[in-house]
Parts: sequence; structure tokens; C-alpha cells
Amino acid sequence: MELTLWTYEGPPHVGAMRIATSMEGVHYILHAPQGDTYADLLFTMIERRGKRPPVTYTTFQARDLGGDTAELVKHHIREAVERFKPKALLVGESCTAELIQDQPGSLASRMGLPMPTFSLELPAYSKKENWGASETFYQIVRGLLKNQKPEDSDFSSTKWKDEERNPKVNLLGPTLLGFRCRDDVLEIQKLLSEHGIDVNITAPLGASPSDVLELTKADLNICLYPEIAETTCTWLEKNFGIPFTQSIPIGVEGTKEFLKEVHEFLGMNEPNPKELEQKSRLTWYSQSVDSNYLTGKRVFIFGDGTHAIAAARVATEELGFEVVGLGTFSREMARQVRAAAKGLGLEAIITNDYLEVEKSIKETSPELVLGTQMERHSSKRLGIPCAVISTPIHVQDVPARYSPQMGWEGANVIFDDWVHPLMMGLEEHLIGMFRHDFEFIDGHQSHLGHLGGHQDKEELDELELNSGNENLAENIPIWTDEGKAELNKIPFFVRGKVRNNTEKYAKQAGCRKIDSETLYDAKSHFKA
Amino acid sequence: MGGETLLKETGPREVFCGLTSIVWLHRRMPDAFFLVVGSRTCAHLIQSAAGVMIFAEPRFGTAILEERDLAGLADAHEELDRVVKNLLERRPEIRTLFLVGSCPSEVIKLDLARVAQRLNTVLKGKVTVLNYSGSGIETTFTQGEDGALKALIPLMPSSDQKQLLLVGTLANPVEDRLINLFKRLGIENVSSFPPRQSTNLPSIGSGTKVLLTQPYLGDTARELIAKGAEILKAPFPLGVEGSTLWMKAAADAFNIKSLLFESTVQPLILRAKKALESQKEKLQGKRIFLLPESQLEIPLARFLSRECGMELIEVGTPYLNKGLMGSELDLLPKNVRIVEGQHVENQLDRVRGEQPDLVVCGMGLANPLEAEGISTKWSIELVFSPIHGIDQATDLAELFARPLNRHQLLNHKQLTPA
Ligand code: SF4
Ligand code: SF4
Repeated sequence: MELTLWTYEGPPHVGAMRIATSMEGVHYILHAPQGDTYADLLFTMIERRGKRPPVTYTTFQARDLGGDTAELVKHHIREAVERFKPKALLVGESCTAELIQDQPGSLASRMGLPMPTFSLELPAYSKKENWGASETFYQIVRGLLKNQKPEDSDFSSTKWKDEERNPKVNLLGPTLLGFRCRDDVLEIQKLLSEHGIDVNITAPLGASPSDVLELTKADLNICLYPEIAETTCTWLEKNFGIPFTQSIPIGVEGTKEFLKEVHEFLGMNEPNPKELEQKSRLTWYSQSVDSNYLTGKRVFIFGDGTHAIAAARVATEELGFEVVGLGTFSREMARQVRAAAKGLGLEAIITNDYLEVEKSIKETSPELVLGTQMERHSSKRLGIPCAVISTPIHVQDVPARYSPQMGWEGANVIFDDWVHPLMMGLEEHLIGMFRHDFEFIDGHQSHLGHLGGHQDKEELDELELNSGNENLAENIPIWTDEGKAELNKIPFFVRGKVRNNTEKYAKQAGCRKIDSETLYDAKSHFKA
Repeated sequence: MGGETLLKETGPREVFCGLTSIVWLHRRMPDAFFLVVGSRTCAHLIQSAAGVMIFAEPRFGTAILEERDLAGLADAHEELDRVVKNLLERRPEIRTLFLVGSCPSEVIKLDLARVAQRLNTVLKGKVTVLNYSGSGIETTFTQGEDGALKALIPLMPSSDQKQLLLVGTLANPVEDRLINLFKRLGIENVSSFPPRQSTNLPSIGSGTKVLLTQPYLGDTARELIAKGAEILKAPFPLGVEGSTLWMKAAADAFNIKSLLFESTVQPLILRAKKALESQKEKLQGKRIFLLPESQLEIPLARFLSRECGMELIEVGTPYLNKGLMGSELDLLPKNVRIVEGQHVENQLDRVRGEQPDLVVCGMGLANPLEAEGISTKWSIELVFSPIHGIDQATDLAELFARPLNRHQLLNHKQLTPA
């Protein structure tokens, strides 16, 4: 039993819903109680979908449990098939139905339904949303393709040359409720077409069951979101010989590497890296003198594995930030994130507990947080600028404008999204400086000052300095009033860093009390 | 009763389960913690319904059952003890802990009453542990509050003193206003249940006259009657008419002279009716369809038809308690179609067929209907907003006028979003 106040991922059947809702002509029969219908609002509210998810919930009640719940399931299946006439049917259960063991999947398979029917077994008490999405996508692809024998057993990614056509690839992994998938797909399509590469099928987003049957016509699979598509890509490689890409086209370097990999697989001449350099404004914007102040900005990163690792790379290699924390909520990606963190001299944070993440944000006192919607809340409370880079998302993370994360335009978006909150930070500081001028109108605040209306008094107090006696035992130096006053003169956006450094220095130097002198000593110590 | 048509419908539903009530209950009683014993689905439901209301550390959470908890129930009890112990260490300010049952905990027959009893012995009164069910197999949306209140009743001190008890969560300012009005009538002894502090429970006994502020408290009402209280028969305090009759029921029970009642209430009524006019203009003749969710549908329909001149196409309700709803049903216009239960697909077919001007529905259905060109109002908003009492009638009407205004403003065409 695990105490959860908030969870980064929903249950696995929500992952299955993401696949069903992303696709066309697929319907999902979910054996579940009525309350589970809340999941519809994730799509209609967060994504602002104008259509209901294609899901029929059996909404069994306590009084049904004594009777024939299996008959109830069959009744709902019949009704839904009649009404929606899907091209493929998914049948599964949520946590509660898993306990009653009606096995709706096998019930359905014995009903002689006219369309391919897939039974989903998604263990609700051990797995989570992304796993459920990945497994569902895999079940659909495998189910539809397993009878298709590879035409020629010697598959080759370069056979497009003999066939005198453009090479074509599948884009696999984009879904609803993913991070910026809608725009990433467009951006990657554009990117590939600039290099004469066609997109065969994009799936699951927008794909119908008949599209899935066409997957095997591609020369290469692009695994855009490994969390969702890696299992499927691996199966397609094993059974049809179609290889898949490993690199993620996020950031200028990521996109270059991605293009290189795609060209290699397809037996094409690599594009000139010098030319590629000019494709995104990020490169120049980051070089421009204005960006000098970005150097060494302390950034804390938390999200799904793919976006977190990519963000760490862009932050260090392309923006000149210093990554002070890196982690993921995704256990499936823990190994990769650990490795990436290790490369940066860090220990990865692998947890589903947002309070643990918040604690480590506090401890590392970053100047920028890149996280999920939950880190946005935590950062608001802590007064640290934040940009969202990963699911779980909120309605404002599905912007009206085109804003991919991938490809050249994605890199532009990243520059803006990550640097603007920092500008705000600077502005905040200026407001602080001018607060006492008579022209200053109180109440003018950037979004950081707003604190979402739920500022927790205790939260801020926790940020206060050690002045209590309880610290004596732990040998943590104590701030004198004079030291505190001096620290408060330091602009807030570097205050956390100065405070940490000073305490570190004081401990090293064996100081028991921190006054203004200790502060200056520490400053010169770290500069030296 | 009026000549309404009562129908029953079964089929796939699209409603919240009782766990959702935690979203407003935990705000009402800041010294209480709501611990759901359930699955990741339950945790995800509450956080999705709570949406924007994320605190540093909320006063609700889920003890998520894992595979090994399902394997052995004895261990599940131990595990729950451990989770509760950790939680209370972390949150020493908590005075009342509600263990909230869910579908999974009920299906595996985890006896939360027993767990609560055991924990109460261990905690020796430092924290009171209670339990109720908010499961989707037994409760819909607001019924969770019914369960929570019912669980508190045994802790209420008994007293036969004459008092008025307002039962059901109200927004704090609305509650203050209503209590103040009763005082003006000379009813001094007024308390609320649930109280603002979980430990500050009002007394109950044969002198207690109960006014229900919310229509979904059937179990609570029954339990209060068993404690000797009398439930005053009245419509619910929504709109000018309902609120006036509701207050009148108390005035009569406390033998308040009608002269005093009239002189106190009439000015409010006049003011409210005048203010209501402008909203009424917008709502008059507009056709409304209420999908079932909160059990507020019938009182709302009564207000919208009698005071705002709206035409009722269909009034859905997840559950119809004819006893509590009697005074409301009497006021509804003849031949109104009232549907208890739901078949969401058939119901939406009827919505499409009728093309109403406004649909009251859950959050999952709102945007799809808007995309078809039909204006909507979220039912959950009506549970959160301060809508009770004569003074709030205009605000209540405005909640329905707003989407219609917007619809007009945007000169609605059929949108076809992605
Ligand atoms: S319907 Fe049942 S399983 Fe679903 S969220 Fe509600 S209590 Fe949990
Ligand atoms: S501040 Fe509001 S809109 Fe933004 S993430 Fe939080 S709840 Fe959502």
C-alpha cells in the first residue's frame, strides 16, 4: 500500500484510452464502475476535444455484483458495436473489474463479432498509464499484423532505391495527452520532406485499423516517443525486419543526430551539418550577447524519461545551463535517466512522489525548473521560474499556436519557453528594486508573483533560514540577524544559491554562526 | 405531487462517483483528512476533479492498494495501519481522519469500520477515525457527502435544547448570511452540519429542527430522525421562492409571528426579484435539458422554470428520493419529464433531437456538446458556487445566463474542432 496525494500517471486503462481516442474507428469497451468515466474529461477538458472518447463504460453497480455481470458486459458490447460500428474493438477492465474476473475480453471473443477484437489485460495494481498505452498500441499492431507474412524475408531499408520511389517511414508513438504530439508530428513531417523522405503512416494519432495494416510498407520506423512505441517498434523489427531510430529530435543537436541516423538507415547521403546548424534560431540566439546571462544558470529537470533526458542535453550543450537535478517518474525509463544523470555528475531522482521532487528542488535551489504541471505548481510556491516540458499536462500546455518541441521549430520554441520565465525572473527583481519608488504601483506582478492564489504560508516559512536551536545538534551553522539582513539584500534569484554556498562554506570552515563576514568569505572562496 | 412524468432509465452512465465530494468536504473542514482506500484510478479521479485546487499538500490522499495487498487481507490491514501512522505523524494538525471506501476496497471486502475501530483504540482520542463509502458501485457524486455526514452523526453530543440545524455543506459567506437572517427572525440557536471544524460538532436531539440545505442527504436525514430530530418539509433554498419557503418552514417550526417573518423577508424578496428581472429576460422561454449528476437537478429545474421562465425539456437525476423531493415535485410544472438513472447514449440522442438552448452536464460531456453547437453548464460548478438563499438567486440565474450570452455573442456556428 502506497500513500499517494497526487500521481504523475493515471492507471493503465487510461493509457489504453489514450490509444483508442487517438485512433480512428477504434472503440473501447471498459468494464468499470460509473466513477471511472471521469477519464473522459482528461480529453475533453485538457485537450479541449470536441468529441467524446470512443469508450463505453459498463458502469456496473453493487447490486449487479450478485447477478450476472458477464451478461451485462455482453449487453454493453452488443449495444456499442451496433451504435458505433467500430473497425476494431478493444475490450478491457479497470481496477475494480479486474477483481471480479469476468474476463470481458474472452467473453467478447466468443461473441462472433464482425470486427477484429482485442482483449486488453492491463494489471491495474502494478502498472501505470504509459505502460498501458504502450501495451495497447502493441496489442493492436500485433493483433492486426500477426497474420501478415513478410513478403520478402530479406527486408532492406534501401529497397526504395530499386523501386525508384522516395523512401518512406512511419512515425510511431504520438498520442493525445502526450506532450505537444500534435505539433511534433507536423514538424517532423516537414523536416523529413525537406530531405525527400515521405511519411508512410503516423500512429496511433490519427491512424485507423486499415492504416495499421499498411505499417509494413515503410522502410524505417521512427520511434518518436519510446514510452509509447518502443515495444511496438521492437516487435516490427523482429517480425518484419523494419529497423527503428533511437535518437530523439529534440534540440538542434538532437535533430541533427536524428537526421544523421535516418539518412544512414535509408542509405542516403548525410546532409551537410554546417547547413543544418542554421536551421534553428536557437543556435544564434544562444550565441548572441544577450544570452550571456544564461551561462551557468542552475536548472532542475523532471519529467517523463524521453523529455527529461533531451532537456538535460539541450540545457547543457545548447544553452550553457548547469543541470543541478535530473529525474523521472517513469520506472520504465529509470535506467536511461540514471545514466544521463551520471554523465552530469548527478544522482537521478526516480520517484512518483511530487513532494520528494519538490524537496529536491528546494535543496538544489535552481534558477529554473523544467518539469510537469506539478513542478509548475511547486515552483510557483517556491518562487522559482518554471517551464513545462513533459506530461502530465494542464489545459494551458495545449496551446492554440503551433508549438512543437521537436525539430528546428521545436528548438525555437524551447529557447522561448525556457528563457522567457528567466526574463520574468529578472523583471521580478527590478520590481523588487523599485518597490519603494513612488511611481511603483503595488499589485503589478508577473505571473511568478501571483502564486496561483494558494500560497501556503508554511511553505514559505520552510524556506526560512536556520535560526532555531534544533540545528545545533546537527552541526548546521546558524544565521545571525546581521547575516540574514545581508543575505536579504541579495537579489532573490541568486539568494538561494548564495545561501547554499555560504552554508556549505561555513560547514567546511567550521563556523558556527554566519554573519555578513562569513558571507563575503564564502563569496571569495567560491570565486577563487 | 404535480403531474410530472417519472421515468427510469438504465444503461451506461457518465457521472462522478461519491469520492468526488471530498473536493469540497476537505475545504469545509480544514482539520480533517480524507484517506481513500482504493486504486490509482481513485487517486487519479480526485486529482482530475479537483483540477485547479492543488495545494502544497492536500488534505486528501489515496492509500493505493497494490498486488500484495490483494493477496492477503491481513497484511492489507497492517499496511493501512502503517500508512495511517505515517500520515498522522506528518500531519499532526489533523483531528479527524475519514477512511473512505472505494470500489476496490468494497469488492475485496476490506472492513474499514473495523479498521477505524481499531485505530481509534490505538489513537486514544487524539484523532478520531471514521469511515464511509464513496465507491462508484454504490454512490454517485454528491452522495459521498451524505456518507461522510452520516459517519459523523454518532459523534454528535445529544441535547434536547430547541435549535435549528442547517444540514449540508454551504459556502461560508452564504452560511453566515443565512444564520444572520434566522437571528433577525428571532431564531438564535442555529448551527451547521458539517461544522467548519470537524471537532466542533453541533448537538442533536428531540429539540432539533433540521433544514436540509442540499437535496442529496437522504441517509443523513434518516439518521438524524433516529436521533430525535425533525426534518422540516420544504423545498431547497435555491431561488427566491425556494429559499423563502425554506426559511418559512423554520419560522413556522419556531412559532415566529408571520408579521415579523414578512417584514424581515419581504424587502429581500423585492430586492431579489427586481435584480432577477434582467437575468430572467435572457432566460425566459429558453429550453433547458439537465443531465443527471448532482441531485440538484430537480430544485434547479423548479427555480429555472418558475422564476426564470425557462422551458424544461428533461430533468435527469441520478437518484430520486421522493420523500425529500416531495415539496419540490409539487412545484414542478405539469408533465415535466423526470428521468431517474441514465443511459448516456440514449440521453444524448434525445439532447440532439431536442436541440435545447442549454444543457447542464458533467465535465466530460460539455465540450463535445459545445462542439455540436449546444451551450452547456457544468453541474460541478453548481456544487461549488455560493447559490443558496434569497440573496443569491440572481447569481444563480446568472450562472445559466452566462453561457447563453456567450453563445449569442460568438454568433455560434457549428464548430468542427479536431
Ligand atoms: S468509481 Fe470506484 S474505482 Fe472508480 S474512482 Fe470511484 S471509487 Fe475509485
Ligand atoms: S495554475 Fe491553474 S491552469 Fe496552471 S497548471 Fe495550475 S491549475 Fe492548471
